[in-house]
Amino acid sequence: MNVLADFYAAHSKLIDQVGIDALLALSLSISLQAGQLALAQAAFMGVAAYISAILALDAHWSLLPAMLVAALCSTIVAGLLALPVRRLRGIFLAIATIAFGEIVRIVANNLTISGGAEGLSGIPADATTPWIYGTLVVVSIALWLFSRTKFALAIALVREDENAARGVGVDVGLVRFTTLAIGGTIAGLAGALYAHSNFFITPADFGFGRMEQILVWCVIGGITSPLGAAIGAALLTILPEAIRFLADYRDFVNGAILLVVVLFAPQGLAGIRFGKRG
Amino acid sequence: MKAALELDGVTIRYGGVQALANASLEVAPGRVLGLIGPNGAGKTTLINATTGIVPLSAGRVRLGGATISGMAPHRIARAGISRTYQNIRLFGALDVFANLSAGAFARPGRLDAAHAQALLERAGIRHLKLDARAGALPYGDQRRLEIARALAAEPAILMLDEPAAGMNPTETAHLVDTIRAIAASGIGVLLIEHDMSLVRAACDNVVVLNFGEVIATGTPDEIVADPAVIEAYLGTESV
Amino acid sequence: MVGQQLVNGLFLGAVYALFAIGYTLVFGVLDILNLAHAAIFMLAAFATWSLLGAGAPLWLAAPVAIAGAGILGIILDRIAFAPLRRRAAPNLIPLISSIGMAIIFGAIARAIYGPDERKFTLGFLDAAPLHAGPLTFTIVQLVILGSAIAFMLGLAWVMRATALGRAIRAVAEDRIAAALLGIDLERTIGATFFIASALGGLAGILTALQYNSVQVDMGAQIELKGLAVIVLGGMGSITGAVIGGFVIGMVETLAIALGLSGWSDAISYGVMFVILILRPTGLFGKRTLRTA
Repeated sequence: MNVLADFYAAHSKLIDQVGIDALLALSLSISLQAGQLALAQAAFMGVAAYISAILALDAHWSLLPAMLVAALCSTIVAGLLALPVRRLRGIFLAIATIAFGEIVRIVANNLTISGGAEGLSGIPADATTPWIYGTLVVVSIALWLFSRTKFALAIALVREDENAARGVGVDVGLVRFTTLAIGGTIAGLAGALYAHSNFFITPADFGFGRMEQILVWCVIGGITSPLGAAIGAALLTILPEAIRFLADYRDFVNGAILLVVVLFAPQGLAGIRFGKRG
Repeated sequence: MKAALELDGVTIRYGGVQALANASLEVAPGRVLGLIGPNGAGKTTLINATTGIVPLSAGRVRLGGATISGMAPHRIARAGISRTYQNIRLFGALDVFANLSAGAFARPGRLDAAHAQALLERAGIRHLKLDARAGALPYGDQRRLEIARALAAEPAILMLDEPAAGMNPTETAHLVDTIRAIAASGIGVLLIEHDMSLVRAACDNVVVLNFGEVIATGTPDEIVADPAVIEAYLGTESV
Repeated sequence: MVGQQLVNGLFLGAVYALFAIGYTLVFGVLDILNLAHAAIFMLAAFATWSLLGAGAPLWLAAPVAIAGAGILGIILDRIAFAPLRRRAAPNLIPLISSIGMAIIFGAIARAIYGPDERKFTLGFLDAAPLHAGPLTFTIVQLVILGSAIAFMLGLAWVMRATALGRAIRAVAEDRIAAALLGIDLERTIGATFFIASALGGLAGILTALQYNSVQVDMGAQIELKGLAVIVLGGMGSITGAVIGGFVIGMVETLAIALGLSGWSDAISYGVMFVILILRPTGLFGKRTLRTA
């Protein structure tokens, strides 16, 4: 037991990081499963991070209510985004959501309530490991239950062939809206946890760099498999630490892994592990 | 669920082109209506208009007396209209069972294996494994799987867009039986086809389109002898 | 004063335009977004800095770095995009592939140069500004505008008057038809990447000179700004990239002049978002994307 305790003590920051990254990867994987490259997860994360931080700092809310309200807000934001982009597909959807993400970041950068470019600090660090992994477990179970519903089939149909999906009675618009909203919720939970485990947050934490990272996790883990996405996140978060001795070459390895996966195993790691089909 | 499909003066105009002009026809429950015409006559457009993919410029589409034109495509599908596609549009990466479940999406509850097997039976592909990947199936099986998927919705009306394309005479003959059995179960069938032997064997009535207009209706024997129809086909390279 | 602001906007716009042309050329020909473009932008600036440090004069270092950027673009295509073409992968996969290359390029730069900012020690960067009537501008800005115009004119000549230009336009229009006409697709695509990356490299060098700063993440902002430019101008249109670049440059500069400096970027992204919703083809864009 002491070995475990020591291991945890030495690596608790990393362990927490992995948990939050896994949540972020899960949040994007839902949209990807519907065939939507909606790249606004970092923005949803940011909205929730700021709201839960403000609730904690200014109104002294404890973690759970702050997290829930923050995730509700990010869900609403996701729903609001879904409306104007409902006719966009492919690259157009991707860059529209990127633009949205930048606007959110700039707003946070300019408002006093969000602390401007310096962000907010002194956030109570009550998102301990049990909270993070508890959330991850709850979300994972919810997603697993969800994957057994008809709606989950509808998501796959929308991904495979939107028009044929309509032809069998699937409300494609509703599917796209819902997947974006659910992604917003999960990213929001991750954002609140992030704020409450990092002491301070700045707008730069939620920009395109973060978004690219989340996308990379999903790709490496397996785009259409939530489990794969979580694995991808875990691996790529741990990997840089595990190969710390490679120091300067960490990013290089990250990029190389991404390339290798894209070029040789586009299903991602989950594809390799569990055979074919997402 | 029995209901007749009526097209009433349906006109489709886009970009200055008149794809359909004042087309009227009726598909009665339990009957097979053939829709033929040279390439580009507007046959697929007619199906697309019925299923709500293409908006009508004028006219009305009714199912069981209720107007469905103007409704969103997924609502029209739920109202009881299913179709197959000229270029197969199965969910190729998914397996046979998933495709059939997709077809039954709008129905309450979920498809079970027994029901799935029955659908495969009706479509003449009982030998297929439920976990076979749809995109990997032989061409003829894929066409029939599309029919099975359409049947899974328990539609009032089934529209088949050139289901015999690429089939040999034996397969086509089997298809006749399949289509007639589907009609016998109470479904109204609209069959777009180029293969006249299939049309004559499977259809109770035929509508002939040319340049977006209905130029003849009647039994297969009648329209084959119709001078307007003969001229339309002789005037173009292919049938 | 408005005139001065417009002038400032011109210089910013020129750099945006050069960078955006790189995006739009690749998009026009392959329907993909190359997110490693900004990394090449940055590497060319570093290459110039290194060459200058080794004693080369600017008039030699810059062209070498620009040509190097072009070659790097060809290499980028060979590694990250060409294999996917053979597989006919859906066009979101190359986007991700380009992110992988961007990460690698960034890692290489960081390994060689570290995360700190480098500066140039070129005399003319500190020279006194020039005046033309009420307008003020620096020598650097003149260099920027001059080289930008020269390269854009050069590109226009290539596109209109050479076989290569015709080939690029043909491939952008319809790849299959172009191949049937006997155009060597791979060579044309390679040439497109060379030109696109060379222009991106030039934009990087000019930006580095303008701010007298070279840094590993110097491409982060323009990477996204460039997207706003091509959306406004129309994805796939070179004319659109040029006009869009200048418009966005002017709008941002004017916004800053009007006291909205914190929001100037948000305006560009806001415009981008609205255009995508209302008129995704932008000002001069291609009809529609090949696939949804």
